[in-house]
Amino acid sequence: MLLKQLETDRGGAELLFGSVKEHHVTLPNQSEPWDMKQLLVWIRGNMLKERPELFVQGDTVRPGILVLINDADWELMGELEYELQDKDNVVFISTLHGG
Amino acid sequence: MCQVDEEYNGQLDHRVTPRVSKKCVKCKENTTVLIIRAGDAFCRGCFKEYFIHKFRAMLGKNRVIFPGEKVLLAVSGGPASSSMLSQVQEGLSRDAPKKLRFVPGIIYIDEGGASGQSMEERKRAVAQLESVFRATNYHYHIVHLEQVLSLPSSVLEAGSSATGKPPTGSSYKAAVDHLIPTRKNQNQHPDLSVENAQSHLSNLSMQEVQNGVTSPITPEHTQALKRLFASVRTPTAKEDLLHTLRHTLCIELWQQQLCHFEMLLCSQGFSDPRHGDVVIVRPMRDYSSKEIAYYNRMFDIPSVFIPGLDSKAQDKASIQRLTESFVTKLQTDFPSTVSTIYRTSEKLHTACPPQNTNTQLSAKCLLCVCALDTKLGESHCQCTKMASHHGNGLYSLNKNTRHFVLKRVVFFI
Repeated sequence: MLLKQLETDRGGAELLFGSVKEHHVTLPNQSEPWDMKQLLVWIRGNMLKERPELFVQGDTVRPGILVLINDADWELMGELEYELQDKDNVVFISTLHGG
Repeated sequence: MCQVDEEYNGQLDHRVTPRVSKKCVKCKENTTVLIIRAGDAFCRGCFKEYFIHKFRAMLGKNRVIFPGEKVLLAVSGGPASSSMLSQVQEGLSRDAPKKLRFVPGIIYIDEGGASGQSMEERKRAVAQLESVFRATNYHYHIVHLEQVLSLPSSVLEAGSSATGKPPTGSSYKAAVDHLIPTRKNQNQHPDLSVENAQSHLSNLSMQEVQNGVTSPITPEHTQALKRLFASVRTPTAKEDLLHTLRHTLCIELWQQQLCHFEMLLCSQGFSDPRHGDVVIVRPMRDYSSKEIAYYNRMFDIPSVFIPGLDSKAQDKASIQRLTESFVTKLQTDFPSTVSTIYRTSEKLHTACPPQNTNTQLSAKCLLCVCALDTKLGESHCQCTKMASHHGNGLYSLNKNTRHFVLKRVVFFI
């Protein structure tokens, strides 16, 4: 069981998650480690309340949504290929029309 | 040659994804936390320095702010303007090297009436923002967008004058200057006699604004604003109107004794000479939205998300949304997109027509502050069409002219 903290922080991303900013998530066990790509699929299926196309586009997040893994840019961690560890903290920030 | 169905079989180069062990490009010591631009990885400390330095450079580049000048910060609560506010605090703080020396004030415009928010939601947002503003100890003004519809005709007939000075002349300005405290501290009690004198001085029917929130607006005001926006057919035009009204309200408040400032800092808007003496600076435009979002996150900059007209809108809902979506997607694969567009846009200059001293003060469009062209006979513009719907306040003031042409250039960048 992987315990994870997901935050959909600021910029309005929380609107797609029922206006809840912090989510503590336990991912089901599986033989291979979870990677970000699978996480996104899981989020789309289990957490997104509405308008999935505003969050996920194809395999990855919609352009304009930033992802931080343990407070570091996910581009530094391998983006979709990063393998999730226990107690990882993942933050999604929407930068679209932020004034 | 390239063909539609050609298979590349993995010959294309994939974008190289760096690993987390990469060292900061600047200090070469600390672990990186962020990549910006086209591959520069920074550590936390160096990113902060870079961010702060950029802000100072932007302020310095555009205009020298003289010590003691009053600068108005337009804060919407969003990440860019919240970041701007924190940078001003940073720059004014005692231990800042080459400390900034100006007198800041904050203005927040509650646009909930236009974007369909309920009064409770608006009050909640205002309360959250007030706590942020109070923490800064700066003088702040919270106004409602509805007020733009009830700006007094006496003020507006005298004209949104090109010089930006109140019509009663320099003695008024001097008197107001004398009365307005140069720096209001939250810990001090407002000087009641000063406030009374201020209200007598101005002939405004506008609600008097203390250091804080204006008097509550009536549901009729909100309805009038909603009717105005409902009369505008397309989302593109609605967003454009919102932008214009926001700007107009800021400038009008500036021209009254309330917000007597020499410079307006905002995170959006046009910097051009239409408003005469007001210098509009956009210090956040050099930053990418990623940089701002990361900085706010890393250094706990408070911001308040308020849904706007275009929240949750489709990609093609308006020209603004379409442009944003197009550029953002392009940026994903071509990280130089935004900076290229930005550099190109810097080469565009507005053409300034020579100042005509015979131009009457009232012969300017109230919304865009461009000269009214009264020579054309049957021309109509958006302002006229809206006037026919609402016929009061803002739009009926050009009583001397029946027809006018709205001239403006809109940049969707």
